[in-house]
Amino acid sequence: MARPTPSAYEPGHHPDLPPPPGSTGVLGWLRTNLFSSPFNTALTLISLWLTYKLVAVAIDWFMLEAVVEAGSRAECRELGAGACWAVVATRIDQFVYGFYPEAQRWRPILAFILLVPALAPVLFDRTPFRNRMLWFSLAYPAVGAWLIYGGFGLPVVDTDSYGGFLLTMILGVTGIVASLPLGILLALGRQSNLLAIRILCTTFIEVLRGVPLITLLFIASTMLNYFLPPGTSFNLLLRVLVMVTLFAAAYLAEAVRGGLQAIPRGQYEAADALGLSYWRTTWLITLPQALKISIPGIVNVFIGLYKDSTLVVIIGLLDPLGVARAILADAKWNGLSNETYLFVALFFFISCFAMSRYSLWLEGRLSTGGR
Amino acid sequence: MNIIEEDTHRIESSIDPSKVMVEITNMNKWFGAFHVLKNVNLRVTAGERIVICGPSGSGKSTLIRCINRLEVHQQGIIMVDGTELTRDLKNIEQIRSEVGMVFQHFNLFPHLTVLENCTLGPVWVRKLPRSEAEKIACRYLARVRIPEQADKYPGQLSGGQQQRVAIARALCMQPRIMLFDEPTSALDPEMIKEVLDTMIELAESGMTMLVVTHEMGFARRAADRVIFMDGGEIIEENAPDRFFDKPQNDRTKLFLSQILSH
Repeated sequence: MARPTPSAYEPGHHPDLPPPPGSTGVLGWLRTNLFSSPFNTALTLISLWLTYKLVAVAIDWFMLEAVVEAGSRAECRELGAGACWAVVATRIDQFVYGFYPEAQRWRPILAFILLVPALAPVLFDRTPFRNRMLWFSLAYPAVGAWLIYGGFGLPVVDTDSYGGFLLTMILGVTGIVASLPLGILLALGRQSNLLAIRILCTTFIEVLRGVPLITLLFIASTMLNYFLPPGTSFNLLLRVLVMVTLFAAAYLAEAVRGGLQAIPRGQYEAADALGLSYWRTTWLITLPQALKISIPGIVNVFIGLYKDSTLVVIIGLLDPLGVARAILADAKWNGLSNETYLFVALFFFISCFAMSRYSLWLEGRLSTGGR
Repeated sequence: MNIIEEDTHRIESSIDPSKVMVEITNMNKWFGAFHVLKNVNLRVTAGERIVICGPSGSGKSTLIRCINRLEVHQQGIIMVDGTELTRDLKNIEQIRSEVGMVFQHFNLFPHLTVLENCTLGPVWVRKLPRSEAEKIACRYLARVRIPEQADKYPGQLSGGQQQRVAIARALCMQPRIMLFDEPTSALDPEMIKEVLDTMIELAESGMTMLVVTHEMGFARRAADRVIFMDGGEIIEENAPDRFFDKPQNDRTKLFLSQILSH
């Protein structure tokens, strides 16, 4: 007998035995997940075959048969049967900048490069020299706006010419950065003991959440002029930015309120018992915990805001979808909607997936074991 | 060891047994239409250790929560260390910083380390420099015997350790009065002793304490007075020996027979 049965040991002298063979490791995983019964084995094999077929076709279309350099759709078709990426390659400048003048394009590029050191200390608490870098983050909105718009020595580039991914980034980054503090204040206001503040915040949230973003954008593009004193002209992009921010703030407020409501009453009582004031309790105790709980909801709103920025195409701003539409209207490239829209989709997917991954990482970083 | 002795000495030398720390006069409180505290009168002098017991729902937790205004009383007067509790926020925050509280469910701040939990009050309420607050925190963490856990998060500690951190957190504010609201009720049996030991040590150092508990061993050993509450009223109060051996009221006798029968 190679291994004694467990009952053969004296009490208190029982060593840890290894698990039965084939129940752990790669083999165990395969057995439990893919080949646990004849039916599951059949499903596994069929799935593998289907996946192989699909991947083979996709690789053909996307890469092997694809054409990158051509002057028109007709030329593409002569060179290969796959995707015609030439449509994207020849109009890439428009996709990225819209009609931003070519001589000035170093400015959005520099603004984008500077965005990295501005965001790093905010997103990652282990950034070297974080405290000093945060000052730069604070100054970045002004620096970025100056670089892209101009003035103070730089020639002014009118906002009408902004387009493509540049426009998406401006809308997305500004909307996210401005809506978070506003959303937090709205969430706190909705929980306030002061009736006037509570009613004001609740009304604001409910009205903005109850109206489609497109409606708000139309209001921004047309109606707002009626309310403003005559003679003042308010830049369209600025108006859109305000609307997008307010809209996202209303949603964020509800995400943050969910987090605030998950904080046990004992946390408030413990803070009270120490003699902490309302704002100290909020800033030091409840808000950090509430924000941590709300991370998935907050990032959800951010991703939604980022993608919803494409709706500005309806009021005539030239976002990536607007550029795509313009390209498809060109007789030379007519009909290549698959390639064009896939490219736009890829851009959005990469940005949104990055946000989603970041939020997962942050949740792990902030977890402090149990509760 | 020296520091602890010094500290004990500091508290003891400041005790003036004639000084009234808490005085509650004809106090009434309602939850909606429910009369939870009925005409309560209580006077606690400096250095006194009071144990409050009674069946659940008798208002004992509500009573001590009124002392730092976690609950608001509607009638009567509560004086804490010579100051009357009023609606005035500044006054409430001032009194709260003088009165430490330990809760049944610890209520540590889970997103802060043990050390940060202990320095939060001293830094933000007492406005001490961080370095000094940390020195005080380390001293009290040593006193509750968990100096080595300072950099852990509460979620990584056992229940008994968490409650001792909660005691240290309250002591870091260097309060004149400590309130304990059923401090051992949420603990596993094997962890109750470590918390009671800490409390007994604190009692021996001369701290004014009001403790809501069913730990009768603690009451006998550390209390100067035991108060029995039922139905929102103080039914009986006496020195522990007389309270346990010769209870006067029938309700007290019934209660004691129920908790001491095993």
